[in-house]
Amino acid sequence: MTDVLEGDATTDVVIPTIAASKEGQPVGWRHRHLLDVDDLTMADLDLVMRTTDAMTEVLGRPIARVPALRGRTVTILFYEASTRTRVSFEVAAKNLSADVVNIAASTSSVTKGESLVDTIRTVEALGAQMLVLRHHVSGAPYLAADTFGGSVLNAGDGWHAHPTQALLDLFTMRSRLAGGALNGLRGRKVVILGDVLHSRVARSNIWALTTAGVDLWLCGPSTLLHGFDAWARSAAIGGRRITVTSEVAVALRDADVVMALRIQRERMASGLLPSLREYAARYGLTAERLSLAAPGALVMHPGPMNEGVEIASDVAAGAQSVITDQVANGVAVRMALLYLLAGAPGAGAAAPAS
Amino acid sequence: MSGRRIMTADEIRRATIRLSHEIVEKQAGTDGLLLVGIQRRGVPLARRLASAIAENEGAQVPVGALDITFYRDDLSLVAQQPVVKGTELPFGIDGRTVVLVDDVLYTGRTIRAAMDALVDFGRPQAIRLAVLVDRGHRELPIRADHVGKNVPTSREEIVRVHLEETDGEDGVEIERVAELELTGEPVG
Repeated sequence: MTDVLEGDATTDVVIPTIAASKEGQPVGWRHRHLLDVDDLTMADLDLVMRTTDAMTEVLGRPIARVPALRGRTVTILFYEASTRTRVSFEVAAKNLSADVVNIAASTSSVTKGESLVDTIRTVEALGAQMLVLRHHVSGAPYLAADTFGGSVLNAGDGWHAHPTQALLDLFTMRSRLAGGALNGLRGRKVVILGDVLHSRVARSNIWALTTAGVDLWLCGPSTLLHGFDAWARSAAIGGRRITVTSEVAVALRDADVVMALRIQRERMASGLLPSLREYAARYGLTAERLSLAAPGALVMHPGPMNEGVEIASDVAAGAQSVITDQVANGVAVRMALLYLLAGAPGAGAAAPAS
Repeated sequence: MSGRRIMTADEIRRATIRLSHEIVEKQAGTDGLLLVGIQRRGVPLARRLASAIAENEGAQVPVGALDITFYRDDLSLVAQQPVVKGTELPFGIDGRTVVLVDDVLYTGRTIRAAMDALVDFGRPQAIRLAVLVDRGHRELPIRADHVGKNVPTSREEIVRVHLEETDGEDGVEIERVAELELTGEPVG
């Protein structure tokens, strides 16, 4: 790993997609929807990061609100329980002066058997231009994008994708590790530790981080990494670096970032894990394990945490933890994405007036 | 540069010095004065005005930068000019006289957006406007307090201001819109 890091520090590796985003030649945003990170180029990621910088500045103002989305309606439709993602989207949309409509599936006509497509048609007929959707079925936002006339933002679908989480994680690493330059993450070692198999956060992070050139390690019990060896091999063909291992000490050695994932209790019932206690003993992120990582390595967690299981309380609250940064950055990243999608071609942006 | 030149580097320099005198004269000094450049070329112009004032009056007038991207009334420009350049107002504006500085005054929509942005930061005693070029064709009831050069134009023309800080050289030129369509750069 060391030779790769040194090589990157001295030679400026040029990848075509990065060259397109050089200062002074801004590339336009061309995506109408945000369904996953897999179709975002390095230039797209860089634009999201720069726009997030501007939103961070807005959040520091005495009145943290700008009129960019005035007159637009953002509908937030959640088929799963959530606090931070839903509230984060709501605050982001309100900071941009959008009108916000919140629908929780548990209190809507969904309980009367209305289909997703019918619900989306209803939401559109009621005036929504942007739809933020969380659904327990993988791929649901793609169906929504086929139906909905405006822009769809995936706020998490099944095990498949959670693009805004991956982008806020990327922004947090870029701020803390790379001095605000996305290129600075190239070759850095990032470990995603835990239940990768059931994690939409992990899947979207795999795309975002490998596009940014990170040296990505996936670590956990082999039952929770099933199938990722094949992904790593096929990704290697495209120049993405993914290493899959169950050896936690190997994965953590000299890591620049350790991201622990939530362990869900229902995984025990399906026989994938013997017990929470055994998981904590073998894979929990403790201070001792963290000491294997590079000095000052970042500790991340997408939340909500099971303290004492996948992450020790002292590590979660420790000096290396940037978990509260992640939550704060979530608002700025979602503001940036709402703003970019609202101005995208085909998203119903008003004709230029001047 | 490809168009017809309407201001040389020397003319820009002289106009900047005259504007700096006018601004101080109108304020009857430099007390309470703030210069705020509108991104992008208003920012180096504001800095030039501040250094001219420092030379004439021996007083340092604070300079800020205002990005009005989020206050525009045309979101469709996002796709063309996506990168936000940033707002930096490292001072309070309550009770002060804020002089907005921009390169070209045209429809007035940029200035409308800038005033909206500014009042989100506080309540200035007065907002004034200084521009290097006024090319007419206002769509809003807005006028500049200080103008470097009035240039009669048609709507089919585009006025381009080049500054050393952003473009490598100083100069103002005018060209036909047919040439604009090739580059697609919108102007305020």
